[in-house]
Amino acid sequence: MSTGDFIFTGLGHAYLKDNWIFRNYRGEAVRGQVLALLGPNGSGKTTLLKILLGALTPSEGSVNIQGQVAFVPQLFQVAFDYTALDMVLMGRAKKVGLFSQPTPADEEAAINALERMGIGHMAYRPFHEMSGGQRQLVIFARALVAEADILILDEPTSALDLKNQNGILEWIDRLARRENLTVIFSTHHPHHAYAVADQALLMLGENDFESGPVGDVLTEKNLLQLYGLPLKRLTFDYEDLNVETLVPVFRNCKRRKAN
Amino acid sequence: MTEAAGKEKRKKSGRWREWSARSQSLLRFIRDFNSRNSLAMPLFLTGAMFAAIIGSICIGPYPMSIFRAGHIVFNLSLPWPLPGDLPWPLKELTVIQVIRLPRVLLATVAGIGLGLSGTALQGMMRNPLVGPDLVGVSSGAAMGGVLAIMMDWSPATVVCLAFIGGLAAMGGTFWLAGAAGKSDGIGLVVSGIFVGAFCLSCVGLGVFLANDGQLHNIVFWLLGTMIHATPETVWLVGIPTLVGGAVLMLLRWRLNLLSLGNVDAFALGVQTKGLRLGVITIVSLIIAAQVSVTGIIGWVGLVIPHLGRMLVGPDHRKLLPASACLGGLFVLLIDDFTRVILRSDVPTGVLTALIGTPFICYLFWKKQTKGWSSD
Amino acid sequence: MTEKTVKQEKFSACSSGRFRRWLPKTPLARPWILGLILLIAIIGSLFMGAYPIPWHRILEILLNSVWPFSGSESAYLDLREITVVTLIRPPRILVAVLAGIALGMSGTALQGMMRNPLVGPDLVGVTSGAAFGAVLAMWLGFLYTPVILVLSTIGGIAAMLGTMALARVVGGRNDSLPLILAGFFIGAFFLAGVGLLIYLENPFYPKGQRTGNIIYWLLGTFRGAGPVKAWTIAVPTIVGGTVLMGLRWRLNLLSLGDLDASSLGINLNRLRWILITVVSLMVAGQVAVSGVVGWVGLIIPHAARMLVGPDHRRLIPASAMLGGLFVLGLDNFTRTVIWSEVPVGVLSAIFGTPLICFLFWKTKTKGWNE
Repeated sequence: MSTGDFIFTGLGHAYLKDNWIFRNYRGEAVRGQVLALLGPNGSGKTTLLKILLGALTPSEGSVNIQGQVAFVPQLFQVAFDYTALDMVLMGRAKKVGLFSQPTPADEEAAINALERMGIGHMAYRPFHEMSGGQRQLVIFARALVAEADILILDEPTSALDLKNQNGILEWIDRLARRENLTVIFSTHHPHHAYAVADQALLMLGENDFESGPVGDVLTEKNLLQLYGLPLKRLTFDYEDLNVETLVPVFRNCKRRKAN
Repeated sequence: MTEAAGKEKRKKSGRWREWSARSQSLLRFIRDFNSRNSLAMPLFLTGAMFAAIIGSICIGPYPMSIFRAGHIVFNLSLPWPLPGDLPWPLKELTVIQVIRLPRVLLATVAGIGLGLSGTALQGMMRNPLVGPDLVGVSSGAAMGGVLAIMMDWSPATVVCLAFIGGLAAMGGTFWLAGAAGKSDGIGLVVSGIFVGAFCLSCVGLGVFLANDGQLHNIVFWLLGTMIHATPETVWLVGIPTLVGGAVLMLLRWRLNLLSLGNVDAFALGVQTKGLRLGVITIVSLIIAAQVSVTGIIGWVGLVIPHLGRMLVGPDHRKLLPASACLGGLFVLLIDDFTRVILRSDVPTGVLTALIGTPFICYLFWKKQTKGWSSD
Repeated sequence: MTEKTVKQEKFSACSSGRFRRWLPKTPLARPWILGLILLIAIIGSLFMGAYPIPWHRILEILLNSVWPFSGSESAYLDLREITVVTLIRPPRILVAVLAGIALGMSGTALQGMMRNPLVGPDLVGVTSGAAFGAVLAMWLGFLYTPVILVLSTIGGIAAMLGTMALARVVGGRNDSLPLILAGFFIGAFFLAGVGLLIYLENPFYPKGQRTGNIIYWLLGTFRGAGPVKAWTIAVPTIVGGTVLMGLRWRLNLLSLGDLDASSLGINLNRLRWILITVVSLMVAGQVAVSGVVGWVGLIIPHAARMLVGPDHRRLIPASAMLGGLFVLGLDNFTRTVIWSEVPVGVLSAIFGTPLICFLFWKTKTKGWNE
């Protein structure tokens, strides 16, 4: 295994004894790939992410992660009114000694990372006053500064409007392809996974999961089992693009096109 | 509501909006100023504190010129003994050496300790509402201190017991908040109030059991006062404050990291548990030393960090030194006020509470910092 | 609005669970039985005290004092013993019981009104405000207890209004953190005022003498209770208690929340004002007579809720009885067991805070934060 790869096998966790959230989960990705975690609310997505991050020791199974991991939480609330630069600078925590302060070189690296994310002009803007999408970018920059190999995102698109969802997805794509990071993210939208991910892990139940390349895993049958409602896989042409996506069918809602 | 009343109300709210806009623009101006000259504000605060120390030595019932005072202090601070024939009256030397210098230094050092520990606690718990009073450290230290006073033990033992009491109270608060399932926000505040109240009731028991001679001492000491200033007590407070403060200063960027929260800080590679424990120990030590000499001086540790944040922003690399200076300045000025203007020994703790509580109510109202309402 | 709906409200968190299981509807869970126990405790307390009198003598004196015909036995009774049993002990016991009743009832009313099991007279600042008023009265030289009562009532109402106003401008009445913090801040402010007054000794009194008295009084004690003090606490407690008993079903409705209650057609503001005034009056009465006896008003409602459930129709009388029992028990404890008049306020805090911590832990802040 090289840096940026990871694999976990036989993974299981129970907060209370014998009350398993999931068991025997297996998944893997290599450097530069994107892995999407899909599962209904309460299926343990955040728990799994915490285990991958190393913040939680799993009850059973093994995780093998090569390289530095960075984390982008779902809701980012900071008690104090730090500037964007302060936030990014915190990514250097491992490189700055316990009793020392970050040097101007660290600061330069932070500004550099902000510029790479295209928000260099906002370096001194208070983090509180930024929009949700901009905050995500700041946290991405922090991951860059930490020189992470693997980026873990907890529902990065859940609180955003469509335009910002698109922005974040583009950034995930770019971080994986251009910066050559491995990205793991959880999401409630199968079409987001379909758009950017290479690998997918469907958390179907305590002992039940599907894992593998997106095309194999995100089938109509699996998704029906996962969400309990049918999703249709569509292929169509938009301008010069051949688009493949998933559309949910809300079968019992009234407003349908008259035949 | 009648038409006129509605109009009046609108007018009032308009005026209020104007006010709040003005204060907002002031804050923004300070922020811009800081981003342009990043060293100006810290230098100004440090200078102000030293100027206040020198100034405070000159004033008092027996006023003195700044040159004379400076000369005496300079000579006193030299490591070798004073020359045999003094170039100034003995009375002035006594006033400065025995009375004023210890008192001024004690007030400053106590204030520095309070400002530092309040800022560290707020950063560490990522809660702008905690302070040494609210998490029970002060009350715990007072409990230990009263116990030692009742036994007529030596000042060093008082510090020791106060330290143990403060640490125990803080540990109790954390444990209770953790056991109740909420280690920040409301759980912490409520546990702090409970634990503090318990410690204070033990202090009450001590007050009840004390004999008349001890009673007066204990009560005035509890209210927070600088009258016990002697060179020894200055060292007693000064050494823990300076040593602990130095360590906190070195850790000041780590406080930024701690303020992110457990999971996030862990992901960045910070050993949160050990760091937290270290900060707690240092804060308890500083507060214990301060309480064991000057009694409970409340609200400084809660208010000063907010002032500091207004002046230099939330980055602990600048905030920590700034609140140290501000704390020293604040307590020193209050002590000067009682010493020179009131010409009596109104307890400092009473004054800080009378000034601090309205101020914190105002801040609470303005919600300068988000995250004040339950997490 | 039935009892059932009310029970499903947030208070169920504290009363349900393990306690409810081993405290099923025993006969204890009836207010009048608690009242009976209180009565027995009151009579029993007459038999306790520092001055040793054999119990049959006490019985004799008591019977003699209620016996309508003048008996010949009184001739051989010791005058000192008669004084102790009929003049010294009853006022003190009465004051203790009434203080407990006032605290228990006002705590329950506050918790119901603010829909928050964490508030109590101490935590919303009423006690501190009342203490400030009372100390101010003493400092000004009014030592006659009814005058102290007036000033301490004013102080209590001022503190409570301050707390509620501050909590309201900050974050609405429904969030508990602003309320608790506001209470803490306001309370601290008034306590600083008390500290200032203690420091600024009244020039009319010999130095040092008043300080000691005020400090001792502040710690909460029933020492030196006489008929005047008994009357001073009895009038506000009985008046306020009657009002609260009358409003006890309304409290059920208030604890549903503003929206529900106003949709049921209740004049919320008027009700709230009445409750604020009554609670402040009762707490002020207790403080004026016996100083700060903390934590009773916070704990008793919880204990009562465990016994009789969250319905205020039973909860209000039950917490009155429990409060009386608790404070009387504490006073008897210091009077007879410790033999040294440790202030009741100190005892109630030493016992009370661990208890409330335990409750806090047990309920895991469920329903404490809404």
